[in-house]
Amino acid sequence: MSKVLVIAEHNGNHLNPSTARCLSCAAQLQAGPADVLVLGHGAEAVAREAAEVAGAGRVLLADQPAFAQPLAAMLAPAVAELARGYTHVLAPSTTFGKDLLPRVAALLGVPQVSEVMSVEGPRKFRRPTYAGNAIITVEVPDDLPVVATVRNASFKAAGKAAAVPVEAWTPTATAPTHTRYVELRSGGGDRPDLQTARAVISGGRGVGSAENFAVLYRLADRLGAAVGASRAAVDAGFVPNELQVGQTGKIIAPEVYFAFGISGAIQHLTGIKDAGTIVAVNKDGDAPIFEVADIGLVGDLFQVIPEIERRLG
Amino acid sequence: MDKIIVGLKRVVDYNVRIRVKPDGSGVATEGLKMSVNPFDEIALEEALRIRERGEAREVVVVSIGPEDCQQQLRTGLAMGADRAVHVPHDGDLEPLAVARILLGLVTREAADLVILGKQAIDDDCSQTGQMLAALWDRPQATFASKLETSGTTARVTREVDAGLEVIEVDLPAVVTTDLRLNEPRYVKLPDIMKAKKKPIESVTIASLGVDPAPRLRTLHHEPPAPRQKGVMVKDVDQLMGTLRERGVLG
Ligand SMILES: Cc1cc2nc3c(=O)[nH]c(=O)nc-3n(C[C@H](O)[C@H](O)[C@H](O)COP(=O)(O)OP(=O)(O)OC[C@H]3O[C@@H](n4cnc5c(N)ncnc54)[C@H](O)[C@@H]3O)c2cc1C
Ligand SMILES: Nc1ncnc2c1ncn2[C@@H]1O[C@H](COP(=O)(O)O)[C@@H](O)[C@H]1O
Repeated sequence: MSKVLVIAEHNGNHLNPSTARCLSCAAQLQAGPADVLVLGHGAEAVAREAAEVAGAGRVLLADQPAFAQPLAAMLAPAVAELARGYTHVLAPSTTFGKDLLPRVAALLGVPQVSEVMSVEGPRKFRRPTYAGNAIITVEVPDDLPVVATVRNASFKAAGKAAAVPVEAWTPTATAPTHTRYVELRSGGGDRPDLQTARAVISGGRGVGSAENFAVLYRLADRLGAAVGASRAAVDAGFVPNELQVGQTGKIIAPEVYFAFGISGAIQHLTGIKDAGTIVAVNKDGDAPIFEVADIGLVGDLFQVIPEIERRLG
Repeated sequence: MDKIIVGLKRVVDYNVRIRVKPDGSGVATEGLKMSVNPFDEIALEEALRIRERGEAREVVVVSIGPEDCQQQLRTGLAMGADRAVHVPHDGDLEPLAVARILLGLVTREAADLVILGKQAIDDDCSQTGQMLAALWDRPQATFASKLETSGTTARVTREVDAGLEVIEVDLPAVVTTDLRLNEPRYVKLPDIMKAKKKPIESVTIASLGVDPAPRLRTLHHEPPAPRQKGVMVKDVDQLMGTLRERGVLG
């Protein structure tokens, strides 16, 4: 019998939406409800939230001061300890999951499948390589547990359901002291989350400056959209790093994605291939972004955006 | 600190567009331009800067793979690494095997710091550094955009989804690099000449007692599904019209 463990991601107060996406991946394994592990300190509210996500069978709450911050070195021994009772261990392919799960896999002595984009069978998955230019199908042999990160953009979030029980769980492993949390500096305000927003307005080097990005923020606010950026825009200091979309930034799948002043380098396109509708505005008609755009407009973003706003009334 | 070890993976150059073989058996890489994984160049640059600040004595570059990996090790030596270690292997390697091999080298060399890339741009796994840290029972600081060392600790700024996270780790530790950590130096011709004289040591996988056989089975390769051909609109009116037709503007 398969038994699935999903590692929840949260910020101490709220469950990250990536957890519900993991649970919908777990549902496709046809293994019945999954156990959800919440590691945190004072994280009862998170556990209660997790208990209401469809597909969860039980929530295990490991509540310890050492788990107050999402440090892989602190969490991995506990996860590995619990994981031994499961056939599948899933975590989101966010920076949290990418940091944590390989450490867990190594403690278990098993390989990991990164960025699952589809489930082809209980032990068979598709995942991207070469910046999404080659999709491979991998199979985990029967004698190994499946340890996998789940690509956010490829799974819809599981909905809400009646609450399942929350049980306390105490690992016997002691957390190491060699790793210490200092601080988190967050550039973003309270705009919609880039990884889960319905609409995303992105800007590239063509936006020209941090000040000019105000034009994109204004449009995003009008549309209730999140703001994203190319690496060039982040490197130039126009916007903070957490807005980067692409192979080495965030991989997203909004219903609609607007690329303003982005040329369409393959590393950027990797991040948006699963978007519903891609709209590109670029003053260079030969920009590669137009090869993937569903709707392309050759024009100057500084003229186009105000015109869009005017038509939004 | 005494010694920094840097992993250099030989990968298809990031500017080259790869092709999946028509029979789905793999990716056609023959004759393509090969380079040091971009994140690993950043890892080496950071190690060199630490040494140049007088905070480390020696930088050793390591590459695991076919004979041709020596080209990437030469690049590393030309950039300024003191020594190179090549671990010969033909065929696929999983990050867990690479981590086990690196563990063997890291303990043999008594490294104080290991800097790897946050991901190899061919397998896109993003696992090796974390796995090495686990096997070594040492701290990990992944996705680093700033690294400050001071004697026995390192303070690392990490690029995480929520912003920039700062952590402090005791050394020895494993750090993996993000793109904004630094900009790697260009290699100058005289350095390439000088690098030819630097040693490349060969260490066998067998001598490290590691079984390199992959455990996951790769069944099939395919190109990504093509997107439907889009439309070009000539002005904002048409743009808004098309968006409304598609029902994406509500
Ligand atoms: C290992 C590696 C990983 C990478 N990962 C990522 C990643 O995750 N994400 C990412 O985005 N990049 C990534 N890159 C970088 C990528 O290769 C490109 O350099 C980058 O995406 C280019 O950003 P850009 O399109 O904003 O800039 P450019 O390529 O400079 O394009 C700017 C565009 O703006 C247009 N423009 C200028 N002014 C205007 C105007 N007024 N109105 C309309 N259009 C205008 C120009 O015509 C041009 O097409 C990575 C690179 C490497 C090597
Ligand atoms: N064969 C290899 N030789 C040297 N270093 C490697 C090798 N494979 C992986 N690495 C290191 O591990 C990092 C992450 O690789 P991966 O886990 O495959 O994404 C790379 O950026 C390298 O620094």
